[in-house]
Amino acid sequence: MADQASINTPDMTGEGVRRRDFINIAAVSFAGVGGLAVLVPLVSQMAPSADVLAQSSTEIDISAIQPGQAIKAVFRKQPVFIRNLTPEEIASAEKVDVASLRDPQTLEERTKAGKTNWLITMGVCTHLGCVPLGAGEGEVKGEFGGYFCPCHGSHYDTAARIRKGPAPKNLEVPEYAFISDTVVKIG
Amino acid sequence: MSFAWANEYKPSNGLMQWLDEKLPLPRFVYNAVGAGYPVPRNLNYMWNFGVLAGFCLVLQIVTGVILAMHYAPNALVAFDSTEHIMRDVNWGWMLRYAHANGASAFFVVVYLHIFRGFFYSSYKAPREMIWLLGVVIFLLMMATAFMGYVLPWGQMSFWGAKVITGLFGAIPVVGEPLQVWLLGGFAPDNAALNRFFSLHFLLPFVIAGVIILHIWALHIPGSSNPTGVEVKQESDTVPFHPYYTAKDGFGLGVFLLIYCAVLFFAPNALGHPDNYIPANPLSTPAHIVPEWYFWPFYAILRAFTYDFFFIPAKLMGVLAMFGAILVWFFLPWLDTSPVRSGHYRPLFRKFFWFGLIPAMAVLFYCGGAPAQEPYVMLSQLASLYYFAHFLIILPIVSSIEKPEPLPFSITEAVLGKDESAVLNANPAAA
Repeated sequence: MADQASINTPDMTGEGVRRRDFINIAAVSFAGVGGLAVLVPLVSQMAPSADVLAQSSTEIDISAIQPGQAIKAVFRKQPVFIRNLTPEEIASAEKVDVASLRDPQTLEERTKAGKTNWLITMGVCTHLGCVPLGAGEGEVKGEFGGYFCPCHGSHYDTAARIRKGPAPKNLEVPEYAFISDTVVKIG
Repeated sequence: MSFAWANEYKPSNGLMQWLDEKLPLPRFVYNAVGAGYPVPRNLNYMWNFGVLAGFCLVLQIVTGVILAMHYAPNALVAFDSTEHIMRDVNWGWMLRYAHANGASAFFVVVYLHIFRGFFYSSYKAPREMIWLLGVVIFLLMMATAFMGYVLPWGQMSFWGAKVITGLFGAIPVVGEPLQVWLLGGFAPDNAALNRFFSLHFLLPFVIAGVIILHIWALHIPGSSNPTGVEVKQESDTVPFHPYYTAKDGFGLGVFLLIYCAVLFFAPNALGHPDNYIPANPLSTPAHIVPEWYFWPFYAILRAFTYDFFFIPAKLMGVLAMFGAILVWFFLPWLDTSPVRSGHYRPLFRKFFWFGLIPAMAVLFYCGGAPAQEPYVMLSQLASLYYFAHFLIILPIVSSIEKPEPLPFSITEAVLGKDESAVLNANPAAA
């Protein structure tokens, strides 16, 4: 007994905590933090790489798009719809009661001032990311005359606002600016 | 781990004796799938599908490892390398068709295996863990199959990847960053293709690991049987080998006949022609559907077209689709009837054959149909029944149903009489 006490006593503090407990906790904590730190590169390598992230901006000549026509452009490897709305399409978009919409926005909020006829949106359905139909010649435009996503049946109106089907949001309006009357820069 | 009357492994010669002392692998196999594993004597052909599923996994790993020797997981050349396999590699066409149709065969077999479990309540105590591990295997299979379908980098590959990763985008707040993280970009591209290839190669081996746990858990209580009455005595069982190795061998022969018929005479019947068009990020195929084995769940996803209280329709569809499989995890505790086999459960049986099976059939059909009426409404009704079946009907049926009388033992069920039932007719048997 006396032997054991003489071995233990130098290790013990007042509350019966051993010095070895501190070493244990310190060592395990250090290893734990180190282990978590190793996870950072393992997780982060999955995120978009530098070349993917590199901000691309696209300049597009829109002079050839007649009212009622639309084109598909590419921005960040995803389609962009650029549509020249007819006066009827603008009128039909404006007479909708905004409060009744799933994602309430007016046509003015979705276009640039003075260029209400230029509807520029991502061509990516906000449901699960398909490319809606309606931008190409002869494609189905859906029940509301805008776009129709064939994957799960989302209908968008002439302001590319969601009107029917599972998509939660209007087609996204990317950042863009008119460089001149005929050239638009996306991104 | 086994019944007291199980045959004991006896090394047949000096070499096996030596091996048995150092690494008792032959003993392990003998006890797992040999004469050392006593199995109920009354198993019907529905009990063949576990072994067949194991065969399919081996088939997929063998053909898959070979395909990986010729395939290049890069968005620029993936489609061409798939065509290279089909046209240039010796027997490449057969190996690729064997792999693609092997996936379908695997799902056919596993669905039958799961439905066997539903009907005979294989998930009930003491076999809950086997069931839970089985659901995990099924989820892993779905992930593996999905990623494999992306690899040829055709139109359906690309849009499948986009739509399925889009599911994660439905999660509030973290959804979109999560989707970008999963893809390594804003749309499926080289980064996504490469990681899918890596995981598609890895996951089958993870599945093999979980299968080992699945069989380990099975060998603790032993196999269930069509009466649902537990094994009581030696006369209830026969050794796995040669009785069930022979029966499984016959089943394997029938399976291979059907599999080879599809493989050689209709190798593209279960695929989509659109996947022979190279991936095009600017054009979605007009009728985009997943592979047939995902159709029931895809129909549930599409069944939600209106917001549900404060939950957006998109999130609701995603939750319901995952919920349709997650509900299986709770099955052992939702079905509280002490009787296992559907043969002795008159009410359960009706809901199984005239409720669950038709609902699954409708979901299956609607999942492959275009997203328009009447398919949307049909899938809404079928989804409603599907969830009601597991969450409402099963618990109620379990509590109000009067089961039919069970046989005393498996022996009695097979032979019509059981001597020990008479001899042991004492209170201890109760």
